[in-house]
Amino acid sequence: MTAAVAQERVAARPAPALRGYRFELLKLVVQWRVRLLLVACWVGPAVFVAAVSGQSSLPSDTLFGRWMGQTGWAGSLVVLSFCCTWVLPLLTSLVAGDVFAAEDRVGTWRHLLTVVRSPRRVFVTKALAGLTVIVLLAAGPAASSVIGGVVAVGDRPLVGLDGHLLGLGQAAGAVLLAWAAALAPTVAFAAVGLLGSVALGRSPMGLLLPALLALLLQVVQLLPLPVAVRVALPSYAFLAWRGLFTDPAQTGPVVLGVVVSLAWAVTATALAYLLFLRRDFTDLAYDGSGRRALAGGVLPLVALLAATAGVVAIATPASGSGIDRSKLQTSMATAYAHLYRLQSRELRRPDVTEAHLLTSAACDKGGSRVDDVGPGNDWRCVVSWHIPGATAVGSAVYQLDLTADGRYVADGDGPQEVNGFFQVRTPTGDAPNPLWQFDGSVDLLSATSKG
Amino acid sequence: MDGTLTVRARGVSKFFGEVVALDEVDFDVAAGQVHGLVGPNGAGKTTLLGLLLGLSVADRGSLDILGSSLRRGSAVPDRVAGFVDGPGLYPWLTARQNLDAVASLRGDGRSDIPDALDQVGLTDVADDRVRGFSLGMRQRLGLAAALLVRPRVLVLDEPANGLDPAGARHINRVLTGVAATGTSVILSSHRMDDLAALCSEVTLLTAGRVVFSGPIGKLAAEIGELDHRLRTSDAAVAEQVASRTPGVRVLPDDGLLRRPDADVLCVRGSVPTMDDLVARLVHAGVAVRELAPVVAPLEAAFLALTGAADAPMGADESTGADELR
Repeated sequence: MTAAVAQERVAARPAPALRGYRFELLKLVVQWRVRLLLVACWVGPAVFVAAVSGQSSLPSDTLFGRWMGQTGWAGSLVVLSFCCTWVLPLLTSLVAGDVFAAEDRVGTWRHLLTVVRSPRRVFVTKALAGLTVIVLLAAGPAASSVIGGVVAVGDRPLVGLDGHLLGLGQAAGAVLLAWAAALAPTVAFAAVGLLGSVALGRSPMGLLLPALLALLLQVVQLLPLPVAVRVALPSYAFLAWRGLFTDPAQTGPVVLGVVVSLAWAVTATALAYLLFLRRDFTDLAYDGSGRRALAGGVLPLVALLAATAGVVAIATPASGSGIDRSKLQTSMATAYAHLYRLQSRELRRPDVTEAHLLTSAACDKGGSRVDDVGPGNDWRCVVSWHIPGATAVGSAVYQLDLTADGRYVADGDGPQEVNGFFQVRTPTGDAPNPLWQFDGSVDLLSATSKG
Repeated sequence: MDGTLTVRARGVSKFFGEVVALDEVDFDVAAGQVHGLVGPNGAGKTTLLGLLLGLSVADRGSLDILGSSLRRGSAVPDRVAGFVDGPGLYPWLTARQNLDAVASLRGDGRSDIPDALDQVGLTDVADDRVRGFSLGMRQRLGLAAALLVRPRVLVLDEPANGLDPAGARHINRVLTGVAATGTSVILSSHRMDDLAALCSEVTLLTAGRVVFSGPIGKLAAEIGELDHRLRTSDAAVAEQVASRTPGVRVLPDDGLLRRPDADVLCVRGSVPTMDDLVARLVHAGVAVRELAPVVAPLEAAFLALTGAADAPMGADESTGADELR
């Protein structure tokens, strides 16, 4: 055929990004699964906090759980602890883990690409829509639990992890910051979900990937890892937010945890992007899964973990597990002093200051044959302080269960009038004894003593 | 049809690993032309249609559509639309919502939705969820989605798949109407009768190579001999006359090409020899009651050029649903 080729060039414009984003968002929110999740996330935590705060038996195993009856802020932090364990990774599974695979399931990739005319734009709009829904879902428990707690219990001061009191503004700020810090690993898990969704196509493994990764990392967090490796895990910020509730705040672990999470988010998203652009959509039999895709997704993330661990090891003064006697003694003495003041106020005794108490702690792990380093439930501390108005020195014994992430539960072992009973008798009636059992936190990243 | 090329492919090749899906394909489509793509399963039709829709990029050669050269990273021109391997529709959305999404993403055409639905005969079910649609209804909706962008190149893979005869005729009328406005329609189909009725030109692919591209009439002429069913008033005399007619061969009764009627013969020959045979039969006093190709000329060409003529009947009757590329 001899014919002229069309000279008039027709514009080639991909669909506008904003319209693509709105369409992706629409596709997510019209799904019943996502709607139910939104309702559950925005209503469930408020109901939970209000209901549990009124119970006589509080979830004292959970961080801040023992304070749920005292202040509404504690309920939000209990919900945050629970969310960091399961809820947030599962949300990322259900949304980000499915955002690409859904197109494979209903066979709409070719239609979408034909209409949008830019795989890049399809990826970006899908990723942004998924992120939006995840942020909406994650904001639900934060807002809902705070509202539920404050309405049901009130906004009284919150007892921090070193026993100091956080007033209304401080508590609100710290709680919001803690939720914001938890958003970073949530985004990292969402990115892993995107990667799984792209790399594994319609395989259910793509959907499960963030949840499986969360499970794996939880198991890993229980192991006695070097602190550099622990901090390099993308889930570390799910634990590090606790540092915001000490005075001064342990910001180092929080910042590092957030930075590591964001590095994972960026890397996993970039890998997903590259895998997506390499996919050939004319081949129906190929949905993106395959050994090469898996290797292209997993190996770079393992390399990122190794690189991050190396950087943290060089950049921070901590070594080993990050837990030693000196750090624990400092933490215990500080917490005890703060809580002693709290108990004094409850008992309407004359106020004292931490400086007057001159509190110190002597800790030992497992007797003389065991090195005083690392986690374990065989730590024992004797706290001493100057009794106000007297020359005598008081002492109290605590058995500690110190976990590898730096959190400990100190269980009072006497004397009974100080820390041996769970309640104290105050002029207005019985009240929880703050010195009986308390939670504390060791800063894993502060300098480890050599001796 | 104004003769201006809207699609021009030169030496286009596409590989999937070791597999050569398209091998040096040359392909031209003029404005207003309905161009058929024919070929056995795995011939490369869907791959070629995918390239036209920008779903992948050729590994070699050049592909120009509406004046734009398609390269890696470049978007397909705005006025190209269609679908391959069935229309991708969101089952939880209604027909109207699916079209609305297309219009919204493309930035225009929302006001054309009622007209597009009407064109494909889906106005009555416009607000039903696509989940409950039959294959034929989905095909129609896919066509409506493509029409929304007022295409100048319309690319359709098996558009009549799943349609009943009336539905297929309806879609054919729509496509003919679209072509009449100057739009190039490129479609693949296994239904030779549809292609023969619709297309002015066809491209025949086999194993990724073009074995023919041009007007349908030329394709039929290239075939030369066709098998014909000959029904007469006296089969015995007719067989004698046919066997004596130069260029005509009486085929053995293998039970496949003809019905087991006593008054029917199967004869092979070109159109001129068939004319000669009819004259001889009349001269011999035998009435000719039926003389028709056993298979349509396009189908015969397809079978001959793809080498499927020698394959057992029914070996290539797939609807294409299981076709990978």
